[in-house]
Parts: sequence; C-alpha cells; structure tokens
Amino acid sequence: MATKQAGKLIKVVINQKPVDCEEGKTILEVCREAGIFIPTLCYDPRLEAYGGCRLCLVEVKGVNRPLSSCTTPIQDGMEITTESENLTGLRKTMLSLILSNHPNDCLRCEKTGDCSLQELAFMYDVAPDGYKGERWNLPVKDNNPFISFDPNKCILCGRCVNICKNLMLKGAIDMTGRGFNARPDTAFGKPLSPENCLFCGQCVSTCPTGALMEKPSARTGRNLSVKKVKTTCSYCGTGCSFFLNVKQGKVTKVTSDYDSPVNRGNLCIKGRFGYEFIHHPDRIKTPLIKEANGEFREASWDEALDLIAKRFGELKEKYGPGAVGAFSSSRCTNEENFLVSKWVRAVLGSNNVDNCARV
Amino acid sequence: MAGLATSLGAGAASNSFDQISEADTLLIFGSNTTEGHPVISIHVNKAIRNGARIIVGDPRKIELVKWADVWLNLKPGSNIALLNGLVHVILKEGLYNKEFIEKRTEGFEELKAAVEEYTPAHVQKLTGVTPDKLLKAAKIYAEAKNAMILYGLGVTEHQSGTETAMAVANLALVCGHIGRRATGIMALRGQNNVQGASDMGPAPAAFTGYQPVTDPVVREKFEKAWGVELPSKPGLKSVEMLDEAQKGNFKGLFILGEDPAHTDPDISHIRKALSSIEFLVVQDIFHTETTRFAHVVLPGASFAEKDGTFTNGERRVQRIRKAVEPVSGKAEWEVICEIASRMGYKMKYNHPSEVMDEIASLAPIYGGINYVRLENGSLQWPCPTKDHPGTATLYKDMFSRPGGRARFMALEQKGSAEVPDAEYPFVLITGRRREHYNNGSMTRRSRGIMEMFPEELLELSPADALKLGIKNGEMVKVASRRGEIKVKVRVLDRSQEGNVFLAFHHQDVLTNILTSPHRDPITGTPEYKSCAVKIEKL
Repeated sequence: MATKQAGKLIKVVINQKPVDCEEGKTILEVCREAGIFIPTLCYDPRLEAYGGCRLCLVEVKGVNRPLSSCTTPIQDGMEITTESENLTGLRKTMLSLILSNHPNDCLRCEKTGDCSLQELAFMYDVAPDGYKGERWNLPVKDNNPFISFDPNKCILCGRCVNICKNLMLKGAIDMTGRGFNARPDTAFGKPLSPENCLFCGQCVSTCPTGALMEKPSARTGRNLSVKKVKTTCSYCGTGCSFFLNVKQGKVTKVTSDYDSPVNRGNLCIKGRFGYEFIHHPDRIKTPLIKEANGEFREASWDEALDLIAKRFGELKEKYGPGAVGAFSSSRCTNEENFLVSKWVRAVLGSNNVDNCARV
Repeated sequence: MAGLATSLGAGAASNSFDQISEADTLLIFGSNTTEGHPVISIHVNKAIRNGARIIVGDPRKIELVKWADVWLNLKPGSNIALLNGLVHVILKEGLYNKEFIEKRTEGFEELKAAVEEYTPAHVQKLTGVTPDKLLKAAKIYAEAKNAMILYGLGVTEHQSGTETAMAVANLALVCGHIGRRATGIMALRGQNNVQGASDMGPAPAAFTGYQPVTDPVVREKFEKAWGVELPSKPGLKSVEMLDEAQKGNFKGLFILGEDPAHTDPDISHIRKALSSIEFLVVQDIFHTETTRFAHVVLPGASFAEKDGTFTNGERRVQRIRKAVEPVSGKAEWEVICEIASRMGYKMKYNHPSEVMDEIASLAPIYGGINYVRLENGSLQWPCPTKDHPGTATLYKDMFSRPGGRARFMALEQKGSAEVPDAEYPFVLITGRRREHYNNGSMTRRSRGIMEMFPEELLELSPADALKLGIKNGEMVKVASRRGEIKVKVRVLDRSQEGNVFLAFHHQDVLTNILTSPHRDPITGTPEYKSCAVKIEKL
C-alpha cells in the first residue's frame, strides 16, 4: 500500500526470462507488471501485503524454501520460478484445505463467475472433497440494508479486516476467536449500524469469495449474466470510476474499477449503494406543462419544446436578450454545459449563463 | 476558484489526488474530507499510515482531528486571520523559502507588510486559536518536505471566500510548497462536474476554457465557429439573475439540473424570485422544490442514461457511458439542440463526441482531448494537443499568470457578514454528510441509505445543550432573521460551544431557509458557512 518513490532499475530473471524492474517492489508486483500470473487470495494491491494465503509462493534460486512473493522485496540478480511441480503441489494442498471448510455450493452462490476461489480451484483442478473436515454451518449475518456476510464462505484471508482497519481507518470488523473458530466479526458480534460502520462496502469490494456480498443487488444476476458499463460516479467531485452492472435494461449493481487512477476500486456509500434512484418510480418521465389552474399536465416532447422555443423567442423580442438566460448544471456533462452556454450566447444573444459552481 | 486563479493562474487543484498519499504533511482546511470526499480521504488515510503530519483547520472537531498533530479550532469567519497568522509566524521564525519567493513570486513586500500585525496574540483574539497551536502548525507546515493543502467549501463559502483562497495560496507560496509532485494546493470540488461546468464556460464573463467574453480576439474565434455575432458585455451571475427577477427585470429562465429553491441560501428570497419569472423551464430527473415554480418541466436523463464526460477535482476528464436508455427518451444534450434548432439556429450533433471535438477546437486547455483518447483512459487538462499526455502537476516551471510568477496578495481579516448577538446567539455552520448528497433527491431515493440515515439532526455541543436544557433527540426550533425550521437535536462534541451544524439534504428540514443572503462580492458565492441563529425548545 505504501507509496514508493521510483526505485533504482535492476535486472532479475523470472522463469528463465530476463526482466528489468524497479527496486523497492515486491516479487509479486514485478511479476504482475510483467504479465506473469501468480495466484493469490489474500492479496489486494490497495492493501499492505499480509502473506496469509500462501498461494503466491515462488522459488528463488539459492533459497531452500518457497517464499511468499507478495511480501518478499525484489533484489538485483534474483532468479525466480513462479510455476513448478512442487509449487503446484503446494498450491493444490492449500486450496484443498480451504475447500474442506467451504460450502462448495457454487451452483447457488451469487459470486459464481467472479469468485477467486472458484477460479483457482478450476485452474489447479482441485476437487472440493480432498479433505473431509468439520464445517462451521453458521447463520448468515445480514441485519443491515447493505452488506450480507455468510461466514461459511469466509476463507480467513483477512482482506476485509485489513481494508476496514488500514485503508478506511475504521476497524468496524476484526478477527475474532481462535483456531478453527477464528472469523471476522464486529465488536461483540453486534449488527453493522451507523454506530460501527461506514457502509462504504470496501470489505465487499475486496472479498475474494462470496462471503461478503452487496445486499441490495442480491439475486439480480450473477457476474456472467450482466453487462458491465464503465462510467464515472455522479456524486461528489472526486470522480470515482466504476462499473454499472446492467441486466435487462436495468442497473442492478455497482462494482469496483480496480484500474482507475482516481479511486483504484475504492468507493463510498453513495457511489456503491446510491444507484437506486436511477429506476425510482418518482422519476419524471414526460415533459410537463403547467395549466392555468397551476396543475401540471403531461405533454409530448414536441409540444413542450415548441412552447419553450416560442416563449423564449417572445421574451427576447419583448424585453431584450438581457432579460433571458439559463443556469447550467455541475451535475450535467461537459458537453451539455457547453451546449447550454452556446444556446444562451448564440441563440438568446446574451451572456446570462451561469453554472452552480458558485452556489 | 477566482482566488487561486488570481494568485497562481488557474482556478483548479494543482496536483492529482493520488499524490496526497505521498505527502509528508497535510494541512486540511475547511474540508471535512472524510464526509465530503470519502474516497479522497482514503488518500489522506494512506498518508496518515505512512506517518504524515496532519494539521486540521476547522471550527468543527471533524473526524480527521483524531489523527491530527494540531487542530486549529478557529471561530467561523476568521480564516484569513488564521492564515495570515501562519504566514506571520513563518516569516518571523525565518522558515520561509527565500529562493522560491525570489525566483517565482511577486508582491512579497506587500504581503510582509500586510501580515505584520497578525501576531499570535492578535490572531488568538480574532480566531480563538492559542499561540502554541499556531506556532506548532506553522512549524510543521513550513518544515515539511512535501506538504499539501486540502481545502474545501469552508474556505470559499464565506463573504471573503475568494480572498481566503488567496490567503491559502500565500501560505503555500512563502514556503515554496507548490509546483512539485505531492506538493501543492488541492481545492476539493463539491459536485461531480463543478470543475467541468466551470471549464465549459456557462459563465457570464468567460467562454469555454476561461476565455473572457470581453476579449475581441476570443469573441471572433467563437463567432467564426458558431456563425453568429456574440454579445461582448458580461452577463448576470445566477444569483444576480434571481435578484433581477425579483425586481421584475428578468423574465425567462432555463434551469438545467439545479434546485436553487432548496440549495441556495435564504430560500424565501429565492422563492419570491422564482415566482416572479414570466417563463421558467426546469429540467431535472425528479420533482424538486424548484420544479414547482416552473411553467414547463422537462425530464432529465441520469448519468447512467447518456454518453458524455465529467471533469473531476484534479482536472481529469473522464467518460460517462450510456448503460440504459433515458427514461424519457432524450438526454439533455439532445434537448438543448432541439430547442436551439426550433428557435432557428441549427444545432445538430450525432453524438456527444462531436460536441467534445468542438470544445477541443475552441478551448486550448481541452485542445488535445477527444473520445478516441478517452476510450483508453482519462486525461488531465491542460492537454493542449493530441499528442500531449495531460498534466498531473501544475506550475512545475512557471505559474500560468502573465510573467509566469505567482502573486502574493495582501489581505485583511473580515469577519462574517452576520455575527451572533443577544437575539441570535449561535453561529450556524452548514455542510454535507457522507451518506447524503446536496438536495438529497438521489440519496433519499436509495432505500438502504434512507433506512440507516433517515433524517437531519442539529449538532449541538454538550455545553450548549446543558445551558439550553435540551436533550439528545428533542425537537427544537432554529430561527434566523430570515425564517425558522424545526429539527431534532443530536448532542455531540463535534461543534464547539456557540456553534451549531446542519446539513441541507432533507426536504423536511430546509436548512437554507435560515442561511444568510450575504455573498462574496467577487464570485457571488453565498456565505453558507456562517449565519446567526437562535434555538428554542419546542
């Protein structure tokens, strides 16, 4: 997570190929930048590496044990191997152990198609029943409107705890219990509420499995059945990028854009959960014209636009261009703001055009 | 923004948000970043985790105070005194950057003379901030290697807002804390496209790209592009249009996506002004306090229903993309074109990308921006040519003022226009909450947000609550010289004694009935951050 100044250029060898890289980065970062895949479950580039899942193990020449690539700094001259029979064996064992206490009900799981565990189990061909272990069988916690937590699907990667504590500086959740009974939870197991939680959903955004899920979008469509449209948030001036998930002409969910230079997948409560207004029944759906009695009636676009053109023309004629104008909007696009100013200056003939930046 | 433009050249943030995490010192002034800009505050959090020193200047004990080395707990309306005081101390202690001042600035002697009287003792009288805090903050800021100032509407929403922004610039300039990576001034913009709306020049005195309407060369360029003669006289600011409307001089107004009857100050005045307009058109996605005054209401398209671009608070132009069809069948850009065309001026674009091409051809700061490039990522202006990569950090070599030097401004403390007295003994500060947004028309229609954060609460300090005999959760009447509202009280130690706080997101608690009509004479920005009120038990 810590920001690094551009380090000295060094040379390493990865899978027998020479790679130029910067000092100060980890082996994992260098490999990812070079397009070399290394499996991870507990790693999120937004967070300080934890080194817990042991899937990112690599072999380094001269070191007699595998090293976790997410926590090992790269060094000049290192010779690194990211795939070998030994590493594959270790990874299969790790995945097998995780799956031994996992519901493995991908058929019904909301996360299917977007689940790191599912993907890695497929990639390394790990069967769900390698070890027949004890299971938690705990109830799902979802007594809040935003976030549901199915502890049975938790793999204890620690990312949710890490992001809440170290990135949000909130600490709404932490690891509780020990050994087999360890799991992330709130203090005293209390429900998430404004007292202990920001409802930013950052924990959901980092969860590699279906343990933490957005509640408002539950059962509206899984990853593979939705279209994802990259766009920019319409709330504050930060300009976070995210994906609108769309199914059958409806926005069903907002998901993180981890590559955005602005927010790197981070979002707040409004960006992540404040999208329901889009399809709200209160939306104004047709032009409305006020009758003499003060009531609005529905009108066609043609009627409304003709009336607007006529009335502005008349007022300009009667009172002069100085008596007409427009407020443009900081909520609208650049293009729309440009066009409003063009309309007022070129058509109404005045400079009475302003935006809401000042108010 | 006019303040920074005068001092430095551009009315915009000097750096990128991600550089905040690299700074070793942050001065957060008049910005409740955690609530107003939650994702920017993640960069602040990273800086905190990296060991950065934090100075908070705010009358409220905002969440960031928890992480601050110094909290400059100034009285509302004393911003300039405090900033002048910091500069005073930096000059007296010899902590200023002589080389930077000599090479890159002008007006230093005037500044020196102007801050002379702002001794720590005098500043304490004006601001309430004790000398030890002032000295500590000045030292931390001046001695930093990479210091950034984050400021918000707590700077600009005062009658001396523009001058306060200049005072912020003075502070950065005396230390040379601008013009490098992770070193500069971040003016945090409130709304998604405030920066873009300013850039695009729906502004009474400037065309797109901050080009003055009074400049004949500029005007000729636009006249040639648009094929009509253009007016040379600057127009009215929004607040002035409403003033003139109330006087009966302003007759026809088109309001695109704005709700002045909820979010402008002194709503009673706004209501009168809006009802005086002969023909009012309002385009919005929901009915608002403002649509009720309209003669024609047009349905707007939400950001999910159209293509276009927004420019964020770090000058970054980013695409928005149509994900679903507009509820009403049309997006605003199409509607504006149709109105213009029906008035006999042909305005026809097949796609917003063609509008952006026209913007690029007319505004040099957007000159190299087009949708093909934006498809592969965002671009930060200035981006003058198609092969220009955009600009993350401003003022690396020179300031964008004539002569290339930044200008120190000699400034005097002016208090708020309305100060507490025997009848109205409290200062009302207004602002935002994390969970809601502006008039709330969007956030109040998200079920979860309304379930968890259903109502507005007046923040009252425990000392004042005790004095008034008011308990947590009690309803009170809050009244100013302009009107009154009823609201439930939340007693907590965030507001200092004598100050109360309200947000303005809820239609049943129209905070702006109370707020003051006083404005910054330069920008017309209202003094939302400070007015006098009284509180009565119900």
